[in-house]
Amino acid sequence: MDKTTVKDIAKLARIKITGDEVERLADDLTNIFDWIEQLKEVDTDNIEPMTSVIDMVMPSRIDEVNDGNDVDRVLQNAPNRPADGQNFYTVPKVIE
Amino acid sequence: MANLNNLTLAEARDGLSRGDYTAVELAEAHIRAIEDASRLNTFITVTSEIALERAKASDIRRENKEALGSMDGIPIAVKDLFCTEGVQTTAGSHILEGFTPTYESTVTQNLRDAGAVMLGKTNMDEFAMGSANITSYFGTVKNPWSADDGKDRVPGGSSGGSAAAVSGHLAIAAIGSDTGGSIRQPASFAGIVGMKPTYGRCSRWGMVAFASSLDQAGPMTRTVRDAAIMLNDMAGFDMKDSTSVAQNIPDFESAITGSIKGLRVGIPAEYRSDGLSDELSKLWMRGVELLKEAGAEPVEISLPHTKYALPTYYIVAPAEASSNLARYDGVRYGLRVPGDSLDEMYENTRAAGFGEEVRRRIMIGTYVLSAGYYDAYYVKAMKLRTLILSDFKRAFEGVDIMLTPTAPNSAFPIGELMDDPIQMYLNDIFTVPASLAGLPAISLPAGLSDEGLPLGLHLISKPFDEETLFRVGGVLESSLEFNAEPSFLRGLS
Repeated sequence: MDKTTVKDIAKLARIKITGDEVERLADDLTNIFDWIEQLKEVDTDNIEPMTSVIDMVMPSRIDEVNDGNDVDRVLQNAPNRPADGQNFYTVPKVIE
Repeated sequence: MANLNNLTLAEARDGLSRGDYTAVELAEAHIRAIEDASRLNTFITVTSEIALERAKASDIRRENKEALGSMDGIPIAVKDLFCTEGVQTTAGSHILEGFTPTYESTVTQNLRDAGAVMLGKTNMDEFAMGSANITSYFGTVKNPWSADDGKDRVPGGSSGGSAAAVSGHLAIAAIGSDTGGSIRQPASFAGIVGMKPTYGRCSRWGMVAFASSLDQAGPMTRTVRDAAIMLNDMAGFDMKDSTSVAQNIPDFESAITGSIKGLRVGIPAEYRSDGLSDELSKLWMRGVELLKEAGAEPVEISLPHTKYALPTYYIVAPAEASSNLARYDGVRYGLRVPGDSLDEMYENTRAAGFGEEVRRRIMIGTYVLSAGYYDAYYVKAMKLRTLILSDFKRAFEGVDIMLTPTAPNSAFPIGELMDDPIQMYLNDIFTVPASLAGLPAISLPAGLSDEGLPLGLHLISKPFDEETLFRVGGVLESSLEFNAEPSFLRGLS
């Protein structure tokens, strides 16, 4: 795995990585994927991918409102909550 | 009065109901032990006030003849992976430092409703990713067991804090969680019992998610009976988790009958890998002999895809983790590191908030799910998972239970195995196959290594057949007669 790929994945994963780390990750990931390569030995052409370990029917319930209107609890852990008591999450400006 | 820190859960239950001591006395004894054991770094948050309040409520119930059941008044530790209302829940990560849930996970709620007394939240590998409890933002946990070389040992992971708390008699029992071995491997390293129920037995609601198709909560205790008692009050169908299963919950404790006559015990040939140490090999064969003497019939079986389980796991688990951990973006809760744009804020936050191993696994997961690689890695792994499950299904046509070692080695010194991620991953080589197949399994302390450190044996049973697991576990436990104590309890470290 080369450094460009590592940078691309980091971008997709939204994790900032810097100089040394790119190199170290490239080495680590190369080793890990070399080890994972052994799965190629197994012929899986006619095998269905697993979807669930337990055969079960997904439970369902009546689609009705059973929770909500709980702004304070929802926002309780929000970083940089506006001091003026407004009920928003704050983020950097997205639209100029 | 008996030393309140040495009681098993069953003994404490009986002592409380006889009135030998109160829940408050039990809680106080354990809070004192936690304070005295701070050097082990077992807890991230100690909740003494909550413990005393709940213990008092338990005593009042008992006085009024309204005691709730076996768990009423029992002091337990909770892995810091379970959301607890009003109590910081970090999952061992900087990104969740200070996060205080406004709700309670179903498993902790169930135990709370049963009267259990929470002592605190235990340390763990960050987001449950690790096998040594060295990836926690809140520092490494020390194993109460040590060898003669004076080096501190890891407690295993990821439920290392819970394992150390139970092993060091800081809590009578603890909640752990197991994704690839995170209950069973630390149980083996710390000389205690650790049990992973069938996938779907315990609700995952309110549990910080790592790999949703594998994560399962379970009990960590000092005896098999205690694990059975505790599981009864943890398990159950939950409308809030669509993968929790509406299965009847038997009385697990009464499954411990002491008789295993005629049971067929599978010994998987593939677990006898070249790397298996002599001492572990001997211990395993001793387990087989003991079960045979108790009337069971050992049967050689084959699980042909065993060697592919670990690499399969290292596609599936990171893939699910990379999706689950996408929620930590600095917007709604947890750490936020500012940036000039929204993307930069995400990137800065996640770089500062996640530790090295978590970042590495998110990268693996992102890669195997990315366009062009999805079929080659993720779909391939899900096909392997089908093959691994069918290995088990086929083998279980001929046997009732399987016996294997829990981990390939005993607790290693803190600082070792740090350089090569794959060496660390190999710790879960015997536990991961049952995880991928969703099967219930238990690790129990079986003997000591040449260095004097505990080694575990591992039983795997059919889906939803925890009863056979407890039944055989109970017999194996009493015939192994493991009664060694960690050096920490002998005042040696």
